[in-house]
Amino acid sequence: MRIGVPREIFPGEKRVATVPDVVTKLVKLGFDVTVERGAGELADLSDDAYVEAGAAIAPSAAELWSGSDIVFKVRAPTADEVELMHEGQTLIGFLWPAQNPDLMQQLAAKKVTALSIDALPRTLSRAQKMDALTSMAGVSGYRAVVEAANAFGRFFNGQITAAGKVPPAKVFIAGAGVAGLAAIGAAASLGAIVRANDTRAEVADQVVSLGGEFVKVDYEEEGSGGGGYAKVMSEGFQAAQREMYAQQAKECDIIITTALIPGKPAPKLITAEMVQSMKPGSVIVDMAAEQGGNCELTEPGKAVVKHGVTIVGYTDLASRMARQSSTLYGTNLFRLTEELCKTKDGVINVNMADDAIRGLTVIKDGEITWPAPPLVVPPKAAPKPAAAVAEKKGGHGHGSSGPMPAKTLAVVFGLGALAFWAIGAYAPAAFLGHFTVFVLACFIGNMVVWNVTPALHTPLMSVTNAISSIIVIGALVQILPPEAGSNARPDQLIQWLAFAGIVLTAVNMLGGFAVTRRMLDMFRK
Amino acid sequence: MSQSLISPSLATAAYLGAAILFILSLGGLSNPETSRRGNLYGIVGMALAVLATLLGPRVAAGGIPWVIGALLIGGSVGLYAAKTVKMTQMPELVALMHSLVGLAACLVGFASYVDTSVQFTGAEKMIHEVEIYVGILIGAVTFSGSLIAFGKLNGKIGGKPLMLPARHWLNLLGLLVVVWFGREFVNAHDVQSGMTPLIVMTVIALLFGVHMVMAIGGADMPVVVSMLNSYSGWAAAATGFMLSNDLLIVTGALVGSSGAILSYIMCNAMNRNFISVIAGGFGGGAPAAPKADGAAAEPQGEVVPVSATETAELLRDAKSVIIVPGYGMAVAQAQHTVNEITKTLRERGVTVRFGIHPVAGRMPGHMNVLLAEAKVPYDIVLEMDEINDDFPDTDVVMVIGANDIVNPAAQDDPTSPIAGMPVLEVWKGRTSIVMKRSMASGYAGVDNPLFYKENNRMLFGDAKKMLDEVLVALKG
Repeated sequence: MRIGVPREIFPGEKRVATVPDVVTKLVKLGFDVTVERGAGELADLSDDAYVEAGAAIAPSAAELWSGSDIVFKVRAPTADEVELMHEGQTLIGFLWPAQNPDLMQQLAAKKVTALSIDALPRTLSRAQKMDALTSMAGVSGYRAVVEAANAFGRFFNGQITAAGKVPPAKVFIAGAGVAGLAAIGAAASLGAIVRANDTRAEVADQVVSLGGEFVKVDYEEEGSGGGGYAKVMSEGFQAAQREMYAQQAKECDIIITTALIPGKPAPKLITAEMVQSMKPGSVIVDMAAEQGGNCELTEPGKAVVKHGVTIVGYTDLASRMARQSSTLYGTNLFRLTEELCKTKDGVINVNMADDAIRGLTVIKDGEITWPAPPLVVPPKAAPKPAAAVAEKKGGHGHGSSGPMPAKTLAVVFGLGALAFWAIGAYAPAAFLGHFTVFVLACFIGNMVVWNVTPALHTPLMSVTNAISSIIVIGALVQILPPEAGSNARPDQLIQWLAFAGIVLTAVNMLGGFAVTRRMLDMFRK
Repeated sequence: MSQSLISPSLATAAYLGAAILFILSLGGLSNPETSRRGNLYGIVGMALAVLATLLGPRVAAGGIPWVIGALLIGGSVGLYAAKTVKMTQMPELVALMHSLVGLAACLVGFASYVDTSVQFTGAEKMIHEVEIYVGILIGAVTFSGSLIAFGKLNGKIGGKPLMLPARHWLNLLGLLVVVWFGREFVNAHDVQSGMTPLIVMTVIALLFGVHMVMAIGGADMPVVVSMLNSYSGWAAAATGFMLSNDLLIVTGALVGSSGAILSYIMCNAMNRNFISVIAGGFGGGAPAAPKADGAAAEPQGEVVPVSATETAELLRDAKSVIIVPGYGMAVAQAQHTVNEITKTLRERGVTVRFGIHPVAGRMPGHMNVLLAEAKVPYDIVLEMDEINDDFPDTDVVMVIGANDIVNPAAQDDPTSPIAGMPVLEVWKGRTSIVMKRSMASGYAGVDNPLFYKENNRMLFGDAKKMLDEVLVALKG
């Protein structure tokens, strides 16, 4: 089948849906690839590079659309583009079916199959390699920091120069999703002090792992006098959150906001007063500008200066790094193609039984199949094994941590007492003396050996092995004791047995110590 | 008879000193820095004990040439073996040495039994005879079990568990026979009539030792080796009871508990209980059942193979690398190449560390010794618990010849035969590279979902050969 990649015609869109490296891989999968002339130009990818990778060049959009069985797009097609489609064709791209009902109708009327990459069920771990939203968000987050640095008139990292000390920039990132985390990483590696907040407390570890500091909303203290109603709580939380943002606005030089709520306008986190309270020369990058912005003063698509603060509201951050985002997007589409073409013969099979593909497919042969039924199985199954494993772990009760349950302990002590009573009642005194020594020695051995570092377990075995040749004493006292000759003692036999015993233990004794020494000498820093 | 150089009290004091030195010797192993001194304590303690006995009242002057002759013969054999043994062969050597202790305990036991010069009566006689009986029993099991372990470890005997039908009943029968003959033995009036039950018991004990170790498969060897280590200690302790010698009892107890603790640690590391390891048969029948009904748990996806050159590129671009070695590294003798790669990477400023699973290899601490032999600094060789949290921050994880100890199914799949076993979480690294000969499953017979993970790469081939190629590519 032939995959066609048209030039994106949306104004300002620089990305392209495939790159030469990916073309090579698609050709290996058995597909023919056609790229529209100049499709990769704005992403610095020349037609020649595509040809070299094995693609054909179509001189016009019309020719490309009519000659392709599958079309890879970045942005949703315009009405004109839809007109160029024909029955049986497959379209893959960001279609946003919820936002574009008209487009859906047009595509259905054309009797095509459409896969919307944004409809991917992201909770499937298998789907991660196809998750274009994540790859685009990662690029945007990085770019947001670069835009901020561009608009910011100071270093990000603190420096001590001959001309004086420069403090590091303080960056606050609202929302620690994919974009937010990418921004944290980028800002931290530029040397800034990075703080971040998210309503999901569980992302705190991820923030810290990227070099950021997680700022909590100090709510519990605020809400302690407020009573227990959910609505009041929620208002209290929002008030506390506002206060935290106001505080950060005063302290930080750069604010990057990424807060989005699916299907709703972006929450207004940064008010006009907060902008006013910021130091002159500060920068806000509002990554939610397309959905209305997290800052009240954002103007989508533009960078404006208000109250001395540059507010960047670009909606095309990923497109501003067209080469990088095209490469990632192209690879996501390639992974999707792999899933669609398991047979590797260049023919795709839109298998609706596959959860990932079912989720992506919004129109199948002219029939609207969006929204896909929710994935029932994974969310229910996921916690189960985890719980089972946890239970199992607890059940085995292994590990030296945690004391034994009282019942077991009582039984052990009871049995021990019984055994000691039996020994005390029946054993002769001489035996008891040795028995005391034996039990105490077991305890000492226990204490000492637990302290041995696991790295030295092999030397421990060889040294205990050498030490256990102390049994030689048994043989030594038998070889020729003063009592020899009395009581019809078979001296000869015992002597030879003892001799053999000494030979054997000597092998162990000298060999064991020598090999332990050899090993320990190797353990060097 | 001439007066001996050392009085009985002095000998006892010397024994006490020796016992303390042995305890210090084990204590020294808590840290590589103090471990060399620990070994020295052990040597001094042993010399003290031997000299005190030799010059003490229990050995007549005429016996000394015998002793010196025996020490010379045995000692030279031991030293020769210690000098020439390869570090990969350590488990075999240790197993062989355990068998010697077992055999010596048997000999001392027999000699003590036929010794008519010491007479006991009543309860004391009975206890003495029980001590002899038990001492020889443990000694014989240790001896034959260790010999088989030795054979398995150096490949003379196949690693597959030998499963006799009704093996548990055979063992039980053996035990009953041993107990019955024990009664006969204690009731025997003279040495001649007691000898038959004693010899029958010894034969049964030898067979039991063989059977026990034959039923245990290759990867359970760390447990077996440490268990035999424990037995050799108990044999010494039993001999101590037999001869009323406290030093033997103390030392035997130390060694016995050391081996027992090691067995316990090894069992925990495999999430299996001691009884089931000893009962044997893991890897033979057990995994077949879960495979049949657990088809849903089969990992899906494809493996992504890489070449040595690509591996070198991944390593070169990484900031932090963790290497997880397994038995495959020991088999391929690849530890020196691993060290070369480690050195090269460290010179380039890459953080390289090692993650060691407690049961990696064929005896406790096996990997540490191999890496130490290759001169890998021990402070970058970390235990599982120390390093498991660091995988998410690691760029490249290299798994060399290990399988079950890095299997995510142990955590994710409750139906897996290795479910709940603590594993190294290598899949949390940004990229993992698994070096393996083929796609064959590991010892436990469990398929490894790690191989199918998105961020995993497979480097197929002999570990040594592939690592050599990686090294060349790294330097080139």
